[in-house]
Amino acid sequence: MTERMTGAEMVIQALTDQGVEHIFGYPGGAALPIYDAMFQQEALQHILVRHEQGATHMAEGYARSTGKPGVVLVTSGPGATNAVTGLTDALMDSIPMVCITAQVPTTLIGTDAFQECDTVGITRSCTKYNYLVKRIEDLPRIMHEAFLIATTGRPGPVVIDIPKDVQFAVGDYYKPDLETLRHQSYRPQVDGDADAIEAAVELMLKAERPIFYTGGGVINAGPEASKHLRELAELTGFPVTSTLMGLGAFPASNPQWMGMLGMHGTYEANLAMHDCDVMINIGARFDDRITGRIDAFSPGSRKIHVDIDPSSINKVVRVDVPIIGDCERVLAEMVRVWRSKTNQARTEAIAPWWAQIETWRAVDSLGYKNSDTVIKPQYAIERLYAASQKQGKEVYITTEVGQHQMWAAQHFHFDQPNRWMTSGGLGTMGYGLPAAVGVQVAHPDALVIDIAGEASVQMTMQEMSTAVQYRLPIKIFILNNERMGMVRQWQDLLHGSRYAHSYSESLPDFVKLAEAYGGKGIRCSNPAELDAAIEEMFDYDGPVLFDVIVEKDENCLPMIPSGKPHNEIILPDTANIGSIIDEKGRQLV
Amino acid sequence: MNAHLQPTGSAYFLTSETQEQERHTLSVLVDNEPGILARVVGLFSARGYNIESLTVSETEHGRRLSRITVVVIATPKVLVQIKLQLERLVPVHKVHDLTAEGASLERELALIKVAGSGDARAETLRLADAFRAQIVDASVESFVFEITGKPAKIDSFIALMQPLGLVEVVRTGLAAISRGPQGM
Repeated sequence: MTERMTGAEMVIQALTDQGVEHIFGYPGGAALPIYDAMFQQEALQHILVRHEQGATHMAEGYARSTGKPGVVLVTSGPGATNAVTGLTDALMDSIPMVCITAQVPTTLIGTDAFQECDTVGITRSCTKYNYLVKRIEDLPRIMHEAFLIATTGRPGPVVIDIPKDVQFAVGDYYKPDLETLRHQSYRPQVDGDADAIEAAVELMLKAERPIFYTGGGVINAGPEASKHLRELAELTGFPVTSTLMGLGAFPASNPQWMGMLGMHGTYEANLAMHDCDVMINIGARFDDRITGRIDAFSPGSRKIHVDIDPSSINKVVRVDVPIIGDCERVLAEMVRVWRSKTNQARTEAIAPWWAQIETWRAVDSLGYKNSDTVIKPQYAIERLYAASQKQGKEVYITTEVGQHQMWAAQHFHFDQPNRWMTSGGLGTMGYGLPAAVGVQVAHPDALVIDIAGEASVQMTMQEMSTAVQYRLPIKIFILNNERMGMVRQWQDLLHGSRYAHSYSESLPDFVKLAEAYGGKGIRCSNPAELDAAIEEMFDYDGPVLFDVIVEKDENCLPMIPSGKPHNEIILPDTANIGSIIDEKGRQLV
Repeated sequence: MNAHLQPTGSAYFLTSETQEQERHTLSVLVDNEPGILARVVGLFSARGYNIESLTVSETEHGRRLSRITVVVIATPKVLVQIKLQLERLVPVHKVHDLTAEGASLERELALIKVAGSGDARAETLRLADAFRAQIVDASVESFVFEITGKPAKIDSFIALMQPLGLVEVVRTGLAAISRGPQGM
């Protein structure tokens, strides 16, 4: 059953048929036919951004908080190139996204036409896949395939470049057959090998010092995956830690929760990873922020690795039991196999391990020296968390990148998946504010907070205008220390405290800036007034910029410096981190 | 221990690579679509893998499939990554490491222009005969030879033509296929 329509109408129809409700974009000459077709319908709502990078991060926030693909529509030339950062971010963090870029007419491609660029060439390495639609006959198939590729296997961004004459051309559109749609060469494996799962469970049954190391893959596999993880953790009684990207898959309020691991993870999580005898990696990729020095990473353990991407297996660390598959399917199967072999948690066998973990927990690695005179950033996050839980709303957190991001991961606690949106793999400053907009679009009644730094938030500040236009009451909680804190910390640790361009000068008055946009601005520098100011922020029915003036030179600890093994972690009571790396180490810089 | 796998993963504490580089021939079956070659080559250049030679052409017209034969130089650990990341590309069906899989045949074609007269000219004809090269162009002062065979054989022939008036060489790059009845 086909219907005659123009290419532009096909785009809108295909998006509607794929269940898309919101699309983030910015118009331009090459995209006018699609915008015209969109104007003449009501099903799809378009959010007009102020910069195409904002559109891509909004789509990311939307996708990570709902599990649906985020959709972006931009014009040719600068529209497409402005989207590159967001596409790369989505690729690194495996976020499902479909980005439609308009292109100059096919007859003008290659002539340096107005607003022309080689979009497919430029985005080839920063997307999971991309298409240039040269004929109207190919458009329906490409639209439906793009969604398949973006949302299955390891999710990622897909770009569809549609020339303007193809948008005007008339062709036959057909609806996607979502049951049988298959690609001729792209067939991701979702069910883990039964023998491998059996071997993994056997290892787990004999483990005396086990640990679950979970990651973003559990979030990507859907809320059911988190459910199976909780079930498996309860059945086994094993400790659970998570990467930055996986926070929320396992509830932080559960006694088996070890806190985040990695470069700024907790002492107990990192030592447990180092000393374990069985490490069960579910949906994480042994990123260098987690492993520290690779040749000294968990040297004595047997490793199980569940991942949907075969190229992640044995890429960084050699594992003993690789299982290629979707986390949800594999976890469900692990639960079934565990249950078939035993009906008890191995509480006695792993009791000594838990006792050891308790001694590590007693170190209180997330502790900090609070102050009566200046707001400590950790204190600010703790008060924000406490207040947010009393609002009677679902709470979603996005962050920018830097020290504040790590403090947010340490001091804000997540009991559910899809509540934490952050740029992990690429580490894009300017991600948080537009991501918060995207989350609020998807969840209009929720409390959405962007925990930001004053340097990061300026990178995509213009999207405040989008928040005001669409009445999205996002709360931007700026931890303002007038520094690029993380860079300053590394300069202290590894570059002899030579602070090259790691400070923020000529900062705007954030209160006036918020008001200039039509939102509300709040400033607080007194710890005693913080709680009341946070209440004020939550009470305002509209977007808020909250400028929290915090301690300027607070170090984000604990920290495993780059290239050090887990057990050389720097703890918070270290006064001068500049003396940690010896002369020999510094010479290698 | 993981020491043999990789340096420390930090720019601050670099260690040197411990594995030897090896030469492997990969055969990649792909959808014949516009830009597929750019996609495969782009993966190599983006990840910093070395291509020694590359040939591509359609292999099954009905199913729109092409075969890319690429010779890479890399350590064994990097070779595994090359194979898996190629397979991860959406239009790639299969990747075979013909060197690792054992018995395979490798052939190349070269067109070689030699200019000379007198004894040198006679010598080139004798050598061409010995190497079973065909004369595809002849003039009073020059020949163009067409030669097929293993790359090493072609290398030897070119080396021998050097002192006899070699003008230029055009080579196709490696085509390779596995021995035995199994197809890709």
